[in-house]
Amino acid sequence: MKNEGLFNYLLRLADTNLILGHRLSEWCGHAPYLEEDIAMANIALDMIGQANALFQYAAKTEAKGRTEDDLAYMRNEREFVNTLLSEQPNGDFAMTIVRQFLSDVFDFHFYESLKSSKDEMLSALAVKGHKEVTYHLRHTTAWMERLGDGTEESHSRLQKALNELWCYTDDLFELNEGDKRLVKEGIAVDPASIQNAWIKTVDDVLAKAKLVKPAGVWQQKGSREGIHSEHLGFLLAEMQHLHRAYPQAQW
Amino acid sequence: MDTNQLEQNFDAKLARNESIEPKDWMPDNYRKHLIRQISQHAHSEIVGMLPEGNWITRAPSLRRKMVLLAKVQDEGGHGLYLYSAAETLNISREELIDQLLTGKAKYSSIFNYPSLTWADIGAIGWLVDGAAIMNQVMLQRTSYGPYARAMVRICKEESFHQRQGYEIMTVLAKGTAEQKAMAQDALNRWWWPSLMMFGPPDEKSPNTANAIKWKIKRETNDELRQKFVNQTFPQADIIGLKLPDPDLKWNESKGGFDFGTPNWEEFYNIIAGNGPCNKARISARTKAHNEGAWVREAANAYAEKKKAVLA
Repeated sequence: MKNEGLFNYLLRLADTNLILGHRLSEWCGHAPYLEEDIAMANIALDMIGQANALFQYAAKTEAKGRTEDDLAYMRNEREFVNTLLSEQPNGDFAMTIVRQFLSDVFDFHFYESLKSSKDEMLSALAVKGHKEVTYHLRHTTAWMERLGDGTEESHSRLQKALNELWCYTDDLFELNEGDKRLVKEGIAVDPASIQNAWIKTVDDVLAKAKLVKPAGVWQQKGSREGIHSEHLGFLLAEMQHLHRAYPQAQW
Repeated sequence: MDTNQLEQNFDAKLARNESIEPKDWMPDNYRKHLIRQISQHAHSEIVGMLPEGNWITRAPSLRRKMVLLAKVQDEGGHGLYLYSAAETLNISREELIDQLLTGKAKYSSIFNYPSLTWADIGAIGWLVDGAAIMNQVMLQRTSYGPYARAMVRICKEESFHQRQGYEIMTVLAKGTAEQKAMAQDALNRWWWPSLMMFGPPDEKSPNTANAIKWKIKRETNDELRQKFVNQTFPQADIIGLKLPDPDLKWNESKGGFDFGTPNWEEFYNIIAGNGPCNKARISARTKAHNEGAWVREAANAYAEKKKAVLA
């Protein structure tokens, strides 16, 4: 396939948005505040909306007659290339906020850089994504500070979540051979180029939230090649079962 | 001014169809009635998020997932306006939520039925939101200003919800044989509970008389129920689904349908806590509330610290 590299790159972005949006949507109706039910649903909607647009573009790029729903609902665990961080279970509210914060900081710098992609569609999606993630990041940063500097309990829960999730942060920056070629062509973002900005933003917020950055943590990787934690399989089973149960049906 | 005079002014305002505002004098029973009704309405929005939220993670396409998520999010927003409207009557959101969790306040009993298949999401939007709109259109002209204004916004969104529910049903009814059966099954299960949403028959409704007198409600339970049946029959017919009522037939002389009697024994049992999901709904709300306690405490503590820094 001519555009296999681009197709695969789009899946990386689409899958991550879909899976993290899906995780956030699991909170709907169960959040600590009604306002937070609404906020998390909002962020989830932005992410699933972005995934939808990326899948559509991926389907068009692949040009094999597949649709966005085929890509979301008919691929298996090993074909998904979302980040390890995005698929981690919600845990308590601290875990969800840390997961979202680390991811938002990445997306914030990533979209900023992707805006200059030579691929017009990617560049347009990056503009939209950047606008949205700016709000998401404001929201999660506020919660990082509130929980980090709130009560002893909230501080220790947040620190614990940070310690648990830190092992998935290098994985955000992974790229495969196809991605490297796209970087050279000015289409994809070289994750290494935004790593310092990511570290700086994270460090600033951790300082304000009075949290200690975990050090010397062995990093889990592999999502770029479809190697996941065991959590993804269950998420997909739930997400895809209805669609797959009626293969002839339109919805 | 003595109470008689105040009461006369209040009655005169109602008679002129002027709205009652939070700072106006109002009879205690009017205030109590409103708190009961508005909070029950707010709680219904919040508990109603559960049976639908139940399908967000399993929605069969990306588009359906986004629409459903947006819809459930709207319900949360409605809960928020309504809690705010209730708070203008001198009661806090904490007290209201406490009343819900302790069973002191009710919510619409329809949400004590389970949403078993994807078609239930269609049926809930079409019938449950449809029935809710019948009530709510009238409430846009309710006598209490903050409630009426909240309802204007809510009605706009609810009519979108109803359309999305009906659209789900339409697609299913025109889909494969299995999908059509799924749609009919959902209609069969949600039809009678939807009729019960208008409340007991007028002669057995303890609150109707006052609600009409105070212009909180402008149509009775039975009037609204009749309207709903008249409206829904052709909608079902056009997509080839059948309302599950053998007694349903057109009555030329009244210009409406005659229809069967809902199972009121079941209705009262669900209100008494015996519905299939009463316990699950309240325990889900209680769990969210309790597990969120440390978050709310932290947010308060943080706000206090910031205030201290500014002071």
